[in-house]
Amino acid sequence: MSGARQSSRLAEWDAGATTRIVEDLRHLDGPLLAILHALQDRHGYIDDQALPIIADLLNLSRAEVHGVVSFYHDFRRRPPGRHVIKLCRSEACQSVGGERVARRLEASLAIAAGETTPDGRVTLESVYCLGNCALGPAALVDGKLYGRVDEKLLRHLVSPEVAA
Amino acid sequence: MTVRLFVPRDAAALSVGAHGVALAFEAEIRGRGLDATLVRNGSRGLFWLEPLVEVETPSGRVGYGPVGPGDVPGLVDAGLLTGGAHRLSLGPVEAIPYLANQQRLTFQRCGVIDPLSLDDYAAHGGLDGLRRALALGGAAIVDAVAESGLRGRGGAAFPTGIKWRAVLEAEADIKYIVCNADEGDSGTFADRMLMEGDPFLLIEGMAIAGLAVGAEKGVVYVRSEYPHAFRRLGQAIDIARRRGLLGFDLLGSGRRFEMEARLGAGAYICGEETALLESLEGKRGQVRFKPPLPAHHGLFGRPTVINNVISLASVPFILAEGAAAYRDLGHGRSRGTTPIQLAGNVRRGGLIERAFGLTLGEIVEDYGGGTLTGRPVRAVQVGGPLGAYWPTSLFHVPFDYEAFLERGGMVGHGGVVVFDDSVDLAAQARFAFAFCAHESCGKCTPCRIGSIRGAETLDKIIAGEAPEANGDLVRDLCEVMRDGSLCALGGLTPLPVLSAFDHFPEDFERRPRSAAP
Repeated sequence: MSGARQSSRLAEWDAGATTRIVEDLRHLDGPLLAILHALQDRHGYIDDQALPIIADLLNLSRAEVHGVVSFYHDFRRRPPGRHVIKLCRSEACQSVGGERVARRLEASLAIAAGETTPDGRVTLESVYCLGNCALGPAALVDGKLYGRVDEKLLRHLVSPEVAA
Repeated sequence: MTVRLFVPRDAAALSVGAHGVALAFEAEIRGRGLDATLVRNGSRGLFWLEPLVEVETPSGRVGYGPVGPGDVPGLVDAGLLTGGAHRLSLGPVEAIPYLANQQRLTFQRCGVIDPLSLDDYAAHGGLDGLRRALALGGAAIVDAVAESGLRGRGGAAFPTGIKWRAVLEAEADIKYIVCNADEGDSGTFADRMLMEGDPFLLIEGMAIAGLAVGAEKGVVYVRSEYPHAFRRLGQAIDIARRRGLLGFDLLGSGRRFEMEARLGAGAYICGEETALLESLEGKRGQVRFKPPLPAHHGLFGRPTVINNVISLASVPFILAEGAAAYRDLGHGRSRGTTPIQLAGNVRRGGLIERAFGLTLGEIVEDYGGGTLTGRPVRAVQVGGPLGAYWPTSLFHVPFDYEAFLERGGMVGHGGVVVFDDSVDLAAQARFAFAFCAHESCGKCTPCRIGSIRGAETLDKIIAGEAPEANGDLVRDLCEVMRDGSLCALGGLTPLPVLSAFDHFPEDFERRPRSAAP
């Protein structure tokens, strides 16, 4: 699952692993999304070098594979930071101050949503609803769901002490 | 006798510390040698009480909440295992008014049973619907669903029986049952709760759908924002397969039904049924032209039933108890019960399964208890990001598909998001356009371009630039998007925008240029 494993434990991209993943999953009906998820679970992102391999093994054009990878918000094209915060930006979380949390977090991490801190520690991503709408603002931090979050809690969860 | 103690593993309960509570109870049970066992149930949907711990006593289940890990030793000291009194005592759980004043049919087991115990499921009425369906045969199952008056709970409210009949009557070598679990609307969590708290119910509903239309393959498309639900459903499918609830010989009947769960990838548009089918085929989630309908030309071009989680999960009750038991509940042409999801800035947020017909005011004030912040309610958005913003002057409107349509709104998937008086409806209208722009699949121009132009024009209004002329422009644009878009994303984005203009005009008028934020 995307975000379930973080890059401190993520494998470097390699062609052999991509080939194995595609061969393991190509028996599925419509396997491309499952393959991309498996790649992102392993590496934290989809390396550009994986695209021609996938295209070749699935008998698709590179453009088709590129079209799918670029369509879905989940798939990253660059390695994420060691921690990933997916902060909900939808209406239910807005109604309880979610945007204030987002602004403060962007300011304190000195990055915008969608970016990674220069030290490679934290990636901040926006998501649109985590289904925790009665306990907002909500965030998924390294695959774990949190409710009633504020900027302080989120910074704590990705601080070096907790990271260890 | 070993006492059963319940600590939810529902994602929302986990989000406020249920895992730590479970660990603390395990330590107490071990440390004190208590004769108790921990069950990880789903959630009752009383989220302001989570983590809600329950104990099975001779006089029924007794609740405590919200419990933190630090409360656990004190709770055990207070005699929690026999339902002893404590400052966190809630008394008998089913007597809590929020829950007592519900009609739980679809959610009757959610939060009650161990979600991964098929025996627990069967002991609480599970599988009765499937057994009845096996005795009835396809056409009679479709008749029962049609007679029940069930309409699609995903948001479009299309009669489920009509959809199923079209697939039953279609000739094909392969047919599919697809479950839409891409619950992307903000303010909704019914699908998530059900997949986490009673996943066998969805499996049973899908198997019944398969028997009804002659499909032997089912696929659940779960959004990636729901990692807990995806895992739980996968585990339940494995168990169901091992126990003969799925596979080559459904409950020993000789009938076949197989299913799997697939993960989405963060695209709201894939909640639209044809985009979802494209995505399942491994493609970009772009909307298809209709016709042909999915009932005739669905997944991989085959006849396909595509229904929301709650629609499919409503079917076992209808089969087990009869169509009339379902149809006799409700309001107008909206029959049966629906899970209303109360969310946002509200004191008591949660899931309310009731027959259609509650008023918005009853939902927000009586169940919800007003806002979390304690400030006055100013607006509620019903039906997700494509639903209208309602002022309190419309709180008398009953929760009913037609009643909402008549007033320029929609019930959608049943999410109700409460805002206090600090909300700025111009900002919310802008967000509606921006969200549409972010999620548009790009296939049709009114949605792809219109949403961006809409956000830009709202920026001008917010900056105090010719608010009247730009307001007229937004209304024109909304007409084009409503009439010219291929699907509901572009077609319904005008609902939140226009309702904000119509019901909260002061938020668009009051800004002189100098006061722009």
